[in-house]
Amino acid sequence: MRKRLLLNIANSLLLARWRQTLVAAVGVTFSITMFITLLSFMSGLNDLLDGLILNRTAHVRIYNDIKPNADQPINKNSNYTQGHNFIASVKSDANRQAIYNSDAIMKSILKDPRVLGLSPKLTAQVFFNDGSIDITGSVFGINPTEETRLYHFDEYVTTGNSADLTKVNNSIILGKGLADKLLVQIGDAVQITTSKGDLFQLKVVGTFQSGIKDFDNVQSYASIGTVQKILSVPNDYITSIQVKLKDITQAPAVAKEYEQLYQTDAEDIQTANSQFETGSSIRTLISYSVGITLLIVAGFGIYNILNMMIFEKMDSIAILKATGFSGSDVKNIFIYIAVTIGIFGGLMGLLFGFGLSAIIDQIPFNTASLPTIKTYPIVYNPRFYIIGIIFSFITTYFAGWFPARKASKIDPVVIIRGK
Amino acid sequence: MNKILEAKNINKFFHDPITIQVLENVNFSINKGEFVSLTGKSGCGKSTLLYVLSTMDTDYEGKLFIDGIEMPKKNEPFLAKIRNEKIGFVFQFHYLLNEFNVLRNVMLPGLKLNKYSEAEVEHRAMEKLKILGIEHLALKQANHVSGGEKQRVAIARALINDPHIIMGDEPTGNLDKKNSDLVFDIFKRLADEFNQTLLIVTHDPSFAERTHRIIQMEDGKIIS
Repeated sequence: MRKRLLLNIANSLLLARWRQTLVAAVGVTFSITMFITLLSFMSGLNDLLDGLILNRTAHVRIYNDIKPNADQPINKNSNYTQGHNFIASVKSDANRQAIYNSDAIMKSILKDPRVLGLSPKLTAQVFFNDGSIDITGSVFGINPTEETRLYHFDEYVTTGNSADLTKVNNSIILGKGLADKLLVQIGDAVQITTSKGDLFQLKVVGTFQSGIKDFDNVQSYASIGTVQKILSVPNDYITSIQVKLKDITQAPAVAKEYEQLYQTDAEDIQTANSQFETGSSIRTLISYSVGITLLIVAGFGIYNILNMMIFEKMDSIAILKATGFSGSDVKNIFIYIAVTIGIFGGLMGLLFGFGLSAIIDQIPFNTASLPTIKTYPIVYNPRFYIIGIIFSFITTYFAGWFPARKASKIDPVVIIRGK
Repeated sequence: MNKILEAKNINKFFHDPITIQVLENVNFSINKGEFVSLTGKSGCGKSTLLYVLSTMDTDYEGKLFIDGIEMPKKNEPFLAKIRNEKIGFVFQFHYLLNEFNVLRNVMLPGLKLNKYSEAEVEHRAMEKLKILGIEHLALKQANHVSGGEKQRVAIARALINDPHIIMGDEPTGNLDKKNSDLVFDIFKRLADEFNQTLLIVTHDPSFAERTHRIIQMEDGKIIS
């Protein structure tokens, strides 16, 4: 009853000055709209850019690095264990790049509950021959099904079908740039020369656009078996295992563990692509700060309007207090007014924000490097909407709190006597 | 006799810009059903005294009893409740809330008291308006009625919670002769027919003469 009466009074004050109220609410609506749109758009862009690299990159990559052996013979000689041994002209190990016992390692990794999946890979450096021209390039041997499941390989195969790599013998998917240079289309054959001088004929079953043009000019994909044939190596020869984890944040720990366990090198995604992580978080930070700044500005608008309203309504406040409304009642009335503006404006803001994001989502955005993207990227994340409404509530509450406190302190005597 | 209001040794000082004593040893009491006027020259402290008695001004020395209860000086919500329940106010200016209609203006202190349901408060407000002969204005907006009518609405508002005492600060000061007489007659009727206690500050001698008792002030002291 008491609350209802205060709400009723607040409501009447609001409606009596509905134009002012509307202006204040529009301020909040505008800022929440921009907040939602900005964050949705920024996150969309972030996901897009992350997807460009992070989604296609292994969380943990297991491989054999080319580096000098840590156990140099001199260190094993018991005569030289005291003091420090300086060795000049150390050469990198002639260690083979293939991973020893790869089958067993893969089986064991797949049993790890933290692992979502893995895909083996090997690389061959080749020349693509086109008449008298030789183009240097590389062929990656992959398992197209796993590569698609874990690293969205399908998304950037723009023509042809990635599954054909396993179905068609001696087949290859070329980078768009490479295919253009070689003037080949699906169904044509390309000739390659391996580093050992062997010649191979491969059938083109598709082209891909990774979004990074330099890659597309030199890279191509074939099945693991095909690349093993090109390199004339046995069928357990692979040079790296791409592991995808369920939780990306565990990658550094897992990488360290595998390095110990399998006696190979392992690199985590955070180390390999630290610049992307930084970029995303800074972009997110910027959008949040812009959004919150907008809200605070709207808060000042409400503060001003309430201050003015209190100045205009001095007499009313005085008489309310004279007839038995306490200071806290008056304060609550003005806080109700502020919060009503905030919530109403905020809800409208959520609606408009959603609408604006949906419109941006429809605007065509075609870029040669991102074949799968047709419109501007937008992320619809409920979290933005929750943050938006909570922030509109908090800012308007505080914007109302200060004028309300002032109103509660108005001394009825001064005003009534002042007439 | 039943003392509705009692002031004991009330002293009050203004400190700005220099300390002046505005009320000096004010002692008096008002009994139930009395119609008292408080008169004196401009600046003698009669309004100041009224605000002390109304509990709105707590910056004084001495003791104030309303209905036998001593008024504390610090407990603002308690004083607000006392004003709501036991005191009705009529000021020189009507102070109606323009956002509400006449009926709602009268109802507000009653709704705040929260003793009766909203329907009952509305019924009681209509009764008060009928007593004052302005029930036809009930649904008009407060800023659409005339000055004399506004003052009567303010009186109805003062009456809504059946207060122990009605306090008025120059309630006829802003009205013409005809309306002044009308308002006085209402006060008189309230005192005679409804045994309502009233304390009215006025500098109008013809108004004061017609009340039951006159308290005269000069230089912050009661002289008669």
